[in-house]
Amino acid sequence: MSFVEYSDVIQDGDVAIVYLGIDSTMPIKVQKGAQTQTRYGVIRHSTDLIGQRYGSKVTCSKGGWVHVLHPTPELWTVSLPHRTQILYTTDIATITMMLELKPGSVVCESGTGSGSLSHAILRTIAPTGHLHTVEFHQQRAEKVAEEFKEHRVDHLVTVRNQDVCKDGFGVTGVADAVFLDIPSPWEAVRHAKTALKRQAGGRVCSFSPCIEQVQKTCQALMDQGFEELSSVEVLLRVHDVRVVSMPLPDFGPDPSAPPGPDSRGEAPNHASIALKTTTPPREIPGHTGYLTFATKPRT
Amino acid sequence: MADNGDEDSEYRIKVGDCVVLKRGDIFKAMQIQLGKKVIFEKQWIFLDKTVGQLYSTTFDIVSGGNLLPQKPKNADDASDAKEAGTDNRNIVDDGKSQKLTRDDIETLKEQGLKGQEIIQQLIDNSSTFRDKTEYAQDKYIKKKKKKYENTVTILKPSCRILAMMYHGREPGKICHLRYDTLAQMLTLGNVHAGSKVLVFETCAGLVLGSVMERMGGHGSVVQMYPGGGPVRAGMESFGFPAHFHDTLHEFPICHVNALLAGTLDTTGKHSSAVEKQSDKDKEKEQNQPEAEQAGEQQDGPEDPNMETVTAEEARVEKEKKEKEKRKEAKAQEKRMKLAAAVAQLEGRNADGLIIASRFHPSSVVMGLLKFLAPSRPFVIYSQYKEALIECFTKLKEHGGTVNVRLTDTWLRHYQVLPNRTHPLLLMSGGGGYLLSGTTVATDTAKPSGSQRVEEPAAKRQKLTDTEG
Repeated sequence: MSFVEYSDVIQDGDVAIVYLGIDSTMPIKVQKGAQTQTRYGVIRHSTDLIGQRYGSKVTCSKGGWVHVLHPTPELWTVSLPHRTQILYTTDIATITMMLELKPGSVVCESGTGSGSLSHAILRTIAPTGHLHTVEFHQQRAEKVAEEFKEHRVDHLVTVRNQDVCKDGFGVTGVADAVFLDIPSPWEAVRHAKTALKRQAGGRVCSFSPCIEQVQKTCQALMDQGFEELSSVEVLLRVHDVRVVSMPLPDFGPDPSAPPGPDSRGEAPNHASIALKTTTPPREIPGHTGYLTFATKPRT
Repeated sequence: MADNGDEDSEYRIKVGDCVVLKRGDIFKAMQIQLGKKVIFEKQWIFLDKTVGQLYSTTFDIVSGGNLLPQKPKNADDASDAKEAGTDNRNIVDDGKSQKLTRDDIETLKEQGLKGQEIIQQLIDNSSTFRDKTEYAQDKYIKKKKKKYENTVTILKPSCRILAMMYHGREPGKICHLRYDTLAQMLTLGNVHAGSKVLVFETCAGLVLGSVMERMGGHGSVVQMYPGGGPVRAGMESFGFPAHFHDTLHEFPICHVNALLAGTLDTTGKHSSAVEKQSDKDKEKEQNQPEAEQAGEQQDGPEDPNMETVTAEEARVEKEKKEKEKRKEAKAQEKRMKLAAAVAQLEGRNADGLIIASRFHPSSVVMGLLKFLAPSRPFVIYSQYKEALIECFTKLKEHGGTVNVRLTDTWLRHYQVLPNRTHPLLLMSGGGGYLLSGTTVATDTAKPSGSQRVEEPAAKRQKLTDTEG
């Protein structure tokens, strides 16, 4: 198991994702002799997990069962322990494409937060790229570094505990892309410029919930000579698939209808039409943040 | 990735490179060829002068369609004299505010005046420009710039740029797959280096290319194709290095049933016969004129001038033989390719499945999902939600998948300018729908009834019950 490489069989020390239901997953650290409580009963790691294939159905003590899945950045995003507000897959997908990330990319990120985006970046830039991530909160920085190690991606990432607005990313002229998710991104724009490659330029993205932050960031980006500024918002809609039944009203007996043996037996009160359709959830996330992208011109 | 060493040359435009031309929001993909006239935005240009320049350079189009690298931007454009009105109460649309006529402007253009200079002339000859508000002036200049500025930027192709290009130019060719939807697919599919991904697409090769970009030449991609051969124009626009192509395999979707049943013969005559048939279909269209010619020849022998006809016949015969040989070599190559693809698929241990086609997705996903290992993601794109609703139901009935979700995304662009920030007036009406999920091991031994009662996904339980 690694977040950047699939394997077939669950091994001691792996991180596996227990899938309990569509909105219910939990990550577990697989350890010999350990047990995990779920609402369907206990999972015993030595017998139930180690040596099993990823994707297997595991029967828990109460007779219920769950599926154990190979970790992916997307499953991690919906099950990770929150230490901060995190970025979700919809925004992450857009960021990844618009920053043109691919194997070999060198990326700077701040702040690291809970590492939701970091894992997705690492997956995309492996095996030859590198992530330089900056988190000013010491405990968070330490915790996320520990997770990278557990997830066997620590060779691809450097975590720096410093203030990106004051001290920058700790690298100069190496990055293909910079991502900012901090309260005052406009104060880090010049550091982003320094971190990006000189000759090739590069892409930058800033995530901000408030439009005033976007305006300040755009101004700072223009002042620093960034081009192709573009601010977007991407919203996810999840559709619940279901069969609905719509009743037909009773118009009363139809005198013009030809009298036949069949039509007499029809009970008008249960006439309805079944329809396969989707319904939107009652409430959906209406806003996460604005994504502002720009290109650093070659110099 | 040679990051160190000759850093510079990696970022310079070379002959034969695949590039993307850009002006405003318009993109066009092409290859750099010396002395070749290309048309971009109704203008003939030559790309010769771009060779050796850095990527992302903006060029002015000068006389003869040549390109001249633009000098570093002068910070303040035009209107230095900041004189502006506060509102439009006195601005009347009498159609006479612009003193230059259309002919005047044409003359200016013919004189070879630069876009910037023409715009300045238009401003100087506009009687209302000074009365316009600062914002309106800005808007006016921007609009004129779009029309008269004669520049082109040369970009290195990427998934972002090509996806935006296809969506803007030829959405029909890519089933109206919007670029943010493509981004979701690559992420939900966990496409990354070192994995083995199956792709079935009819999006001109754009989806295939995007997958290959994310794999970076590590791992393998099997393109499952319908019809006579795989379509790859979009993929080729990425300009991947040669070793990327070594990781790409192709498999005709018409052989899936045989492969699953274990009756597909990749070495013997059987498959080659099938190949020949599809080859024939393909060549039928291409060789229409030749075939007609051959038909005429057959009527020939009755003709009085026999000798010339036999000479002709001999030539035709020789050609035929050569063609036969080429065909044989082609068939041989095709068989080898097929065998290589079969080797990839036989283990049924692929790491991901990406579908984006104009075909109904239900049968495609049910067929191809069998090649995936358990605990692997799959993503299906369709322009229409109804097709995916049916697909969703089928998957639930069949089992073997979890985390199945039907989604779509909305993309909203914003204009961000001082005191003029708002969403753009136009947004895309629809970028298609996605059905995504994860495979799991299918039960061999059915769990007993008591266990099933406590099964977490109650809805699915019902469906399997009615099915069984």
